[in-house]
Amino acid sequence: MKKKIVIVGATSSMATHCARLWAATNDEVEFILLGRDAVKLERLAADLSARNARVSVQTTCVDFEDPAAIQATVSSIAANGAVDIVLIAHGSLGDQARCQEDLVLNKSELIVNAVSPVLYAEAFAQAMEKTGEGTLAIIGSVAGDRGRKSNYVYGSAKGLVTRYAQGLQHRFADTAIKVVLIKPGPTDTPMTAHLKVQGMRLDPVDVVAKGIVQAIEAGKAVAYIPGKWWVIMMIIRHLPSFIFNKMNI
Amino acid sequence: MVKIASWGRLSNDPHHVVPLVEPRYVSQQLGDTLPGVVFGNGRSYGDTGLNPGGTLWSSRGLNHLMEFNRSTGLLRCESGILLGEIQKIVIPAGWMVPVTPGTQLVTVGGAIANDVHGKNHHVMGSFGDHVTRLTLLRTNGETIECGPDYRPDWFAATLGGIGLTGVIVEATLQLRRVPGPWLETETVSYEDLNGFFALADESEAEWENTVSWIDCVGVRSNRGLFMRGNFKDLKVSTTALPEPSGQSKNFPFVPPVSLVNKLSLRPFNDFYYWINKRKTGRQVMHYQPFFYPLDNLHNWNRMYGPRGFYQYQSVVPREVGKDAVAAMLAEIGQSGQGSFLAVLKTFGDRQSKGLLSFPQPGVTLALDFPNQGSRTLELMTRLDAVVREAKGRIYLGKDARMPRDLFEAGYPRLNEFLRYRDPGISSAMSRRLID
Repeated sequence: MKKKIVIVGATSSMATHCARLWAATNDEVEFILLGRDAVKLERLAADLSARNARVSVQTTCVDFEDPAAIQATVSSIAANGAVDIVLIAHGSLGDQARCQEDLVLNKSELIVNAVSPVLYAEAFAQAMEKTGEGTLAIIGSVAGDRGRKSNYVYGSAKGLVTRYAQGLQHRFADTAIKVVLIKPGPTDTPMTAHLKVQGMRLDPVDVVAKGIVQAIEAGKAVAYIPGKWWVIMMIIRHLPSFIFNKMNI
Repeated sequence: MVKIASWGRLSNDPHHVVPLVEPRYVSQQLGDTLPGVVFGNGRSYGDTGLNPGGTLWSSRGLNHLMEFNRSTGLLRCESGILLGEIQKIVIPAGWMVPVTPGTQLVTVGGAIANDVHGKNHHVMGSFGDHVTRLTLLRTNGETIECGPDYRPDWFAATLGGIGLTGVIVEATLQLRRVPGPWLETETVSYEDLNGFFALADESEAEWENTVSWIDCVGVRSNRGLFMRGNFKDLKVSTTALPEPSGQSKNFPFVPPVSLVNKLSLRPFNDFYYWINKRKTGRQVMHYQPFFYPLDNLHNWNRMYGPRGFYQYQSVVPREVGKDAVAAMLAEIGQSGQGSFLAVLKTFGDRQSKGLLSFPQPGVTLALDFPNQGSRTLELMTRLDAVVREAKGRIYLGKDARMPRDLFEAGYPRLNEFLRYRDPGISSAMSRRLID
């Protein structure tokens, strides 16, 4: 089978591991990798091409914030034919305390984690609407389920992504287009290296990537990865404030 | 600071772990955080990859392939990728890493820094015999490319150099052709050391892979099981054989005492011998269970309990091999301690290229001892005496306690090696044996 897969933020650890899983299948995969850093993109492109002779890779350096540039990038990809899977994976885990003091940093975190992913999602949604097919997967986070003092800047951005994905799912409910919202728990990646040092338990990125690829394959609307986070976040969402506000999380 | 233990779990000290994830920033990171030493996938048993209270450069983030030529079998990759990750990619293309140790969960950088060997040493030599080029980053910012035919002095120092000449960031490997993942194997039981040596001599010409398990607490003699295997083209019949499921189990907790102990050792060894003796004969096996029998049991090292365990692997010249091995087994018998995963194997006549490489012509015996403090250390001191007299040496990748004089006697090219030492690199082992 032939597959065309676009990954935005492809060099993030989670996206890289997903790409490797797709490259390990028997499918003939055409990757289009988008990211901000040409050196990193080329490094990943070489890795994927070496893994499987049936894989072809294109890389494009993109802007994450300029709407006109996002539109142009997506239009030119769409002009080359229908895309089977889009995975929007970029993000940044800024320091909460610093974001509270520095509104410039706060704004840039909100833009890269919320505005940028949904603009990409909207642009690809337009393209998929024309062909009437495709799977659009966006990486949200369990942090988006309820605001917490330890990371509500990141959490609220992921909350926006959650609502946006819901809206797209509603819009495409009658079509073959699938919108998949991925909600990983804390995962062992370079983005969370500081959490690991603080002793937080993190799930291995290859396990999380496997879950993401399976959720996309199944076309799930919302996927907590690993599944235990569905239970944990259900409880956290439903805790009454008088208990929740006493918790140091 | 993060607590880090090596595979033997003898210590669990805090380290400042610096993840290396982007090749172009590594040099800067080294300069900012030295002195330190590289930590790969943590499969060295002793203290080669430890630096308590200091910096560990974690290399697992350097895990990208760079180029794979499917017609020549040349593979260029970053140093933090695991041999197992490579195997999964190259075997379907008809290639394989020519030399792998008893686990494939080691990094390419670690395989070079320990110049690891496998069951096919008498045919393929050690890992370094298949490295055509490597890139070494010195902590002063210098980049040194080297290989067997390009700056061979740097290559010889780095191969087996336990990470002390610089940080290996990438390597090119010459893979070997294989017809597929299947081997034709044979298990033969033997009753004593004479039986082992007869089988070893008889097998070397016909069998690419040989290894044996030896019962070091046997009642009457040191019986064992000799395993040998050759790759086989099974294109037609593979459909009848199931591939390994890929499912793995986890040893879920650290028991309060070692499960390998005085009471369990003899029944364990008896059980293992009799179970496997019933299965002797020819059998087609997948490469994974044949080469890496323990890789599917994660954290098996926990079975030795909270105090961890020592590995003791020596090699002694072939001429005195039988006597030396017999003497070591006699010491173990008298001590009342013993080993479950005892492995006996002959090395081929190939001399390794590395100045501090372990493999040398002769016979190698690998033993595991649950850590019982001074009793265990005293037993190993008695084993040292045998190794010293036989003019043998001990494997650095497994060692946590050998005395300096035995290291110096076993590695006569140490002084040559020291000229290539990177002054910004320091490990628990380098301080124990060299500095």
